[in-house]
Amino acid sequence: MTLHPIIAALRKHKAGVVLISLQIALTLAIVCNAIFIIGQRIERINRPTGLDESNLFMVGQQWVNVPSGDDPAGVEKLDSMLKEDLVALRGLPDVAAAAPINSLPLLNNSWNGSLALKPGTEVKKEGNTRSTYYFGDEQTLSTLGLHLVAGRAFNAGDVQHHGFRDQSAPAGVIVTQAIADKMFPQHDAVGKPIYVDGSTTPSTIVGVVERMQVPSTGSWANDFAWNSTLEPVRLNANFSRYVLRAKPGRLQAAMHSIPSTLYAVNPLRVLDDDSVKSYADIRAEAYRADVGMAILMGVVCLILLAVTAAGIVGLTSFWVGQRQRQIGVRRALGARKVDILHYFQLENLLIAGGGAVVGLLLALGLNRLLMQHFEMQRLPVIYVLLGIVLVLLLGQCAVFVPARRASNVPPVTATRSV
Amino acid sequence: MFGYYLDLALRSLRRNKALTALMVLAVALGIGASMTTLTVLHVLSGDPLPGRSGELYYPQVDPQDIKGMSPDKEPPQQLTLIDGQNLLQAKRADRQALMTGGQVPIDPSDSSLDPFYAEARYTTTDFFAMFGAPFRYGQAWSAADDEAKARDVVIAGTLNQKLFGGANSVGRSLRLAGTSFRIVGVLDGWQPNPHFYDLNTGAYAYGEQVFVPLKTMLELHLDHNGSTDCWGNGGGGTSSILPSNECVWMQFWVQLDSPAKVAAYREVLVHYSQEQKTLGRFQRAPNARLRNVMQWLDHNMVVPDDVRLQTGLAFGFLLVCLVNTVGLMLAKFMRRAAELGVRRALGASRRALFAQLLIESGVIGLVGGIGGLLLALLGLWLVRQRPSDYAALAHLDLSMLFATFVLALGATLLAGLLPAWRACQIAPALQLKSN
Repeated sequence: MTLHPIIAALRKHKAGVVLISLQIALTLAIVCNAIFIIGQRIERINRPTGLDESNLFMVGQQWVNVPSGDDPAGVEKLDSMLKEDLVALRGLPDVAAAAPINSLPLLNNSWNGSLALKPGTEVKKEGNTRSTYYFGDEQTLSTLGLHLVAGRAFNAGDVQHHGFRDQSAPAGVIVTQAIADKMFPQHDAVGKPIYVDGSTTPSTIVGVVERMQVPSTGSWANDFAWNSTLEPVRLNANFSRYVLRAKPGRLQAAMHSIPSTLYAVNPLRVLDDDSVKSYADIRAEAYRADVGMAILMGVVCLILLAVTAAGIVGLTSFWVGQRQRQIGVRRALGARKVDILHYFQLENLLIAGGGAVVGLLLALGLNRLLMQHFEMQRLPVIYVLLGIVLVLLLGQCAVFVPARRASNVPPVTATRSV
Repeated sequence: MFGYYLDLALRSLRRNKALTALMVLAVALGIGASMTTLTVLHVLSGDPLPGRSGELYYPQVDPQDIKGMSPDKEPPQQLTLIDGQNLLQAKRADRQALMTGGQVPIDPSDSSLDPFYAEARYTTTDFFAMFGAPFRYGQAWSAADDEAKARDVVIAGTLNQKLFGGANSVGRSLRLAGTSFRIVGVLDGWQPNPHFYDLNTGAYAYGEQVFVPLKTMLELHLDHNGSTDCWGNGGGGTSSILPSNECVWMQFWVQLDSPAKVAAYREVLVHYSQEQKTLGRFQRAPNARLRNVMQWLDHNMVVPDDVRLQTGLAFGFLLVCLVNTVGLMLAKFMRRAAELGVRRALGASRRALFAQLLIESGVIGLVGGIGGLLLALLGLWLVRQRPSDYAALAHLDLSMLFATFVLALGATLLAGLLPAWRACQIAPALQLKSN
């Protein structure tokens, strides 16, 4: 079959052809970008934090009527209360491990600063390595299930404690592989001194963990999402956080036993609905907006494709009705049913192909626009190519029903209506 | 004539039920999606204090040291405690309030409730009058109470309901963080959205339960939270420990009733910066900002990116739906070429035919608009089921209801223009002949 008669016929329906191509082009542009956004969100949600997240949960609480932690006596008092809590938590039958910590990945509550290779540098100096700080004891690393790749974990002798305001740098720290690679690209980081937040005294890197995400999931933290530093310090304030690992299958039971245990240790404290939280909930909360956005984009894409398919069916049906007589003539002159079917299929392929070419440009233009106004990356061409295949397939599926009806027009129509 | 055209339109629409349904559905889906997202955008970018926000200004000065300075850089988002107190005491605006946020444990001694945390705002007396916070019972504490570090507290209506069953609790005592406070006022459901005066707490659906004089908070070391940004050797400061004067953590708002006063206040800020530089506290050249509420919200881009993206997506979707409707309407009108030819031959002017066809598309727009409205209500209900902080705010107001119909009618009439015009170009004789 040659294309010539099809193109000649299309010329007679310029407005309809332009409209349907435009619709396909717009659909392609929107669907490509939407699928790209969905893909990015899914990638973001699926990035591992570096923790072993199963059976993990967090407890946060605040004591009432306690010293503020400004003076040494207050700090000692707070530390003894923290240790009492830890003893009680570690003694629970359903708890495998428990440790103090100031925050967790995805918790969106962070203490950030910068690491330098020289003493006494400015905190916000360019060239420093931005990092988030996690404070914990000798059991924090194992409770979190972090993967140590070099050096050693903290031992009980490393662990100090001090008030929140106290800025003194610890003797030893553990950093993530990301920090080690950035600060010591050529060498082994273990044993090297670094300076925490412009400190004048060095902290030695005693170990390197493979991966640990920062607490913040906001875009401002994207630059240093894997730069975490662990300090062997129990921070003493009028509130505390603990990270716990339940024994396999005992997560609910372990979480349930926390409030009564802590109240038994010391009733003068506040625990609220959010105080005991599974890590799965922390993760779900952190990525709630991303999941919602991905679902919305997906639903809109599906409806959009359905509307476009319905439009193709509607317009093609109209053309089939309009050309009844011509189809009859062709059939009377010897065209087979399948020829008629192919005619409409090929016609749709031409229209959709034209729309797809325009849509390709529109998709890239829309991506440019989104990059200007939102945090978007460049749309990979593969998405556009997949989108083109999708709309061409959609066109073929949509055109099939009216095209088959056209192919069923009997040859006798040619003689009847004239 | 209008009645007759309407009748013709309805007949014609009935004749082709599937096609009509498809067009109405496409318009309804497009309108529903765009009105849902537009309503959310409208609610989120709304004015938190209509009528007042134009006179409320947020002063910023730059107390940072010389390191890391670059020209045209924005000063810090907040003030240090010392600068805030200096500007507060200068009293150079019509009203001014210094504030920060936090959380305090409340111990409801004479009730069966367990201790719980409540969101707190530590501020100064003008806060209530300046922001127009309405009192159900009692009143704000006075300037003298501010100075006296009075153990006074203003509570929100919801907390009053929770603790006292909504009764007048003024004069009663309340234990906050282990200290006994006297309730001096109860607010009457006041929660501006966005939470413009302190965006660090989350911009939407955040409201404080207790309001405590700032100096009282400083003396008692009550917990503060929000953003604390330090430079030099400022260090952090969390929980009950106050940040140093090399940290910004205070919000300061002033009320300036006239443009002349605004200009004068800008001078005050520059002059203050110069004075502090002379004293050696500031190291940078004066770098001050003075934005009103809406400018401040714009500057901080409080409307989430995702919401703007969704609105864009919905309008793209509406565009596709309209192109779809144009195509289908074109098909429909052209199919009736014979009928239109007869009408033309019988003396109907092109203009009359055009009007008739536009009325037909208007009917589709109206029905589509009603469908779109229902879909938008459903969409907003779905948004409200989502656990995001702004979800509860997503309600259709009267102006958006009106906008829905204007958009639906306008869009379909626009979509009907091309098909109607094309259909009117038909030569009557040709159509009659071919029949």
